[in-house]
Amino acid sequence: MTKKIKLSELGSLFGDLDVKALEGVKIEGDVELDLGQVGLNPQMAYALGHETTQIALHLMNISRILGYPVDRMPGSSTTATAPKRLSRLIDSKFSVGRIEEWKNPIQEVVLGATSSDGGTRKSTITLGGENALPYYFDSPMPHRNHITMDVFDMPISMAKAVKSNYEDVMESPAEWAKKVVRDFGADMVTIHLISTDPNIKDTSPAEAAKTVEEVLQAVDVPIVIGGSGNPEKDPEVLEKAAEVAEGERCLLASASLNLDYARIAEAAKKYNHVVLSWTQLEINAQKELNRKLMKQCGVARENIVMDPTTAALGYGLDYAYTNMERIRLAGLSGDQELNFPMSSGTTNAWGARESWMVSSPLKEDSDWGPREYRGPIWEIVTGLTLSLAGNDLFMMMHPTAVQVLKEITRTLYGSKENEHVDISNWVSAVV
Amino acid sequence: MKVNSPLQVYKYLPQTNCGECGETTCMAFASRLIDRSMKLEDCPPLLTDEFKEKYMELESLLAPEIREVIIGTGEHAKAIGGDDVLYRHQLTFFNPTKFAYDVGDTMPEAELVERVNKIQNFRKFYVGNFLNLDMVAVRCVSGDASKFAVAVKKVSETTELPLILCSFDPAVLKAGLEAVKDKNPLIYAATGDNWGDVAELALEYKVPVVLFSPDLDKLRSLAVTFIEMGIKDLVLDPGTYPQGNQLKGTFDRFIQIRRAGIKEGQKEIAFPLMAVPMNTYLVYDEPVTASYWETVLASVFTVRYGDIMILHSLEPYALLPEVHIRDTIYTDPRTPVKVEPGVFEVGAPAKDSPVIVTTNFALTYYTVESDLSSNKIDCYIAAVDTDGIGVEAAVAGGQLTAARIKETFDKAGFDFAEKTSHGALILPGLSARLQGDVEDVTGLKVLIGPPDSGRIPGWMEKSWPPKAK
Ligand code: B12
Ligand code: SF4
Repeated sequence: MTKKIKLSELGSLFGDLDVKALEGVKIEGDVELDLGQVGLNPQMAYALGHETTQIALHLMNISRILGYPVDRMPGSSTTATAPKRLSRLIDSKFSVGRIEEWKNPIQEVVLGATSSDGGTRKSTITLGGENALPYYFDSPMPHRNHITMDVFDMPISMAKAVKSNYEDVMESPAEWAKKVVRDFGADMVTIHLISTDPNIKDTSPAEAAKTVEEVLQAVDVPIVIGGSGNPEKDPEVLEKAAEVAEGERCLLASASLNLDYARIAEAAKKYNHVVLSWTQLEINAQKELNRKLMKQCGVARENIVMDPTTAALGYGLDYAYTNMERIRLAGLSGDQELNFPMSSGTTNAWGARESWMVSSPLKEDSDWGPREYRGPIWEIVTGLTLSLAGNDLFMMMHPTAVQVLKEITRTLYGSKENEHVDISNWVSAVV
Repeated sequence: MKVNSPLQVYKYLPQTNCGECGETTCMAFASRLIDRSMKLEDCPPLLTDEFKEKYMELESLLAPEIREVIIGTGEHAKAIGGDDVLYRHQLTFFNPTKFAYDVGDTMPEAELVERVNKIQNFRKFYVGNFLNLDMVAVRCVSGDASKFAVAVKKVSETTELPLILCSFDPAVLKAGLEAVKDKNPLIYAATGDNWGDVAELALEYKVPVVLFSPDLDKLRSLAVTFIEMGIKDLVLDPGTYPQGNQLKGTFDRFIQIRRAGIKEGQKEIAFPLMAVPMNTYLVYDEPVTASYWETVLASVFTVRYGDIMILHSLEPYALLPEVHIRDTIYTDPRTPVKVEPGVFEVGAPAKDSPVIVTTNFALTYYTVESDLSSNKIDCYIAAVDTDGIGVEAAVAGGQLTAARIKETFDKAGFDFAEKTSHGALILPGLSARLQGDVEDVTGLKVLIGPPDSGRIPGWMEKSWPPKAK
């Protein structure tokens, strides 16, 4: 007698026999059992029915014959079997599904405007549009990552490895902006108006706006306009800057909960710019601010980018990474208050002492080696980690870091062809 | 694991609330099993004969989705795999990625020993511990089994770190295994060509084994075949390509395999994954470039599911980011890392020693403490209870205040008049704005230190002892 039954039906088969003990036996999947072949007939099953462990054992033997992994089933430790020798590979096919929950695409946001759209930029940049986690096979990313490089409106103190690249342009934001686009391949430029801080130079908004105009004339890529971070001063500074940059679709950095975000939102609406919605490592605060920008201030969805805050490698990157990953997953799974493109202040990597200190302050540490190489890779790894969490736009400083991050993100994005490399003999390679 | 609520686990426990596990109830213990902060073995009654069955059932229900594989023996053994989730915020990731650095069997002996020592001696202080490297991968470059055996032997005499023996030639692997029979090394690798012989070795020496194939059908066939032969300690290497579309393919495969294992419960492929970032050396001749790209690949596959890696560069600019990105991804997101608040002594403080104020965020506290002790600065450190928040965020968030600072000294019974000759304390540079408040509340002299505690030694040369009041 040959009768095919499914393992999932075994329970009901034995059910008649009142085999309470089956509760512990669990075999998953619809494995087809050919009872005739293994010789398990109803009488035998009946006999087994009295003996809990026996049933478990037999079920395991059956599954072992079927090549089913049995080590995790109860009782297996009691049955040591002699290893089998096989002469042929068992054929098996790999397949895996897509993630069904990812139904809600990330909002597309365009930065910059060309003459046909009322601006003066030569090209624009589109962020967002993703339908999956970055670089996942489920759905290709529609737009690659972009990098905007930092320019300051006054000379500032910075790590030595960074500074050496900018000493010649530090006095002129326009020249600085040209340099990052021409020599370092920046997709965008961020002009930080830090001198407007009352505790620094207290530059007037009108004066700061002139710097913005200079930068817009110096380069034809889209730009980010950043304040000083002073919550009292920033709204009026950004307002004035937005006005002189009317129609250019700049990214205004930033609206946050601790300043008059409504004023910044208003300026963006009036002069056609995009708002950067900045919160500090807290998903609920991010939701709240985005909601306020949309509902209370009437900012259109296509005019919002988020900055959920970047902490450096070794200085809180774990918080920043998980915060971004959670935000992106929530957005993809349907949260309409979180499905916006993200921006990272990757330059924060230079705040970690490992990136800039000459050597470890600790005598017990192994040698830290030359900081010229340590700094850029600190910025790269910080940015790269966040790119995997879903970050779209990177604010960066070191040219080498920019170059490497560009290369790896484009590789994972899928636009880097390469000559075929044979790795089959890597073990014996001479390195 | 196959269960997700304490209630499901509770059914299998003795339900006596005897407290032997250290928890007051069996239900509490059940939730500790669910969040994997305790093990079945922590409940003594469950280990008795009476509960043997329940124990075994629970063991299978609680087993992690990705198989845990042990490499090495005794206290030097290292576990890989064992994960239950695809994203760290869903629980936490277990068993941090193990970094193995390579040596070749054609290296002159002195050089080989020096390199192994460099691997085992590397350390980087971080949050109260040292970050280290984990293993040595011995590669057969010579193609000569006896040469390989000599190198393996030398390495194992030099270090207790677990080993990975690398060759596609079963005869070479056998020679290597003979040299370190009882050390449970990981062998690399079985392929579509050599699998039969390599399987024999895995069975004979009872060691874990890597299966290598960039073709996932082939990789799965290998895994199914090995499982069928009774070999369960498997590691999968789906091929790490160093650049371009091939690298993208590698990325895809890591995601696909791990998703199949965790989300779809495909047991046949739910094993730890190996990445080989050192393949960048196959394409970049210039050493800094090769090392940089190696670190980039190591970072990608630390974030996305690599459980063990073989690397080459021992440059500090490669090692430091590697150990830190691993710590970033594997830190348990559920527990705030903090230390007990209080006033502590560093070295042997005397009356003229400085009194340092900092927070009880573990990263802050240990950074400051080690900066001071490593520079042999005798002093007192007050770890203020800021709920485990660092200096700047705690000032912004109101956990580092004059009142809390005063409370810390009061609770510790620290009397400035008795313990110090100067009646002064030093605040972190990033909390400068608290100076006036702290002076008012404590009546002490308040100095502002540098923003980074690494600069305290230099700062002290200029600013300590404080000028008399
Ligand atoms: C990680 C982080 C968080 C984490 C905190 C995790 C934790 N357990 O601390 C979370 C997400 C919880 C967080 C929350 C907030 N954060 Co926060 N956060 C950071 C971040 C990214 C890193 C901070 C860090 O861990 N540094 C590493 C530790 C070791 O540094 P540290 O404690 O300062 O210690 C160093 C020095 O102070 C010094 N030192 C320490 N002790 C002593 C003692 C002496 C005597 C001396 C001389 C020196 C010294 O040496 C140490 C080693 O270098 C920074 C941005 C950055 N700097 O990169 C923002 C930052 C600190 N956060 C900020 C803010 C505003 C907040 C929030 C208020 C945001 C909000 N609105 O919700 C909340 C407050 C939460 C709270 N207090 O309850 C601001 C602070 C701005 C300011 N200057 O006022 C920062 C600077 C970000 C920013 N640019 O706006 N944050
Ligand atoms: S030791 Fe076991 S039986 Fe006792 S309380 Fe803990 S879980 Fe319950």
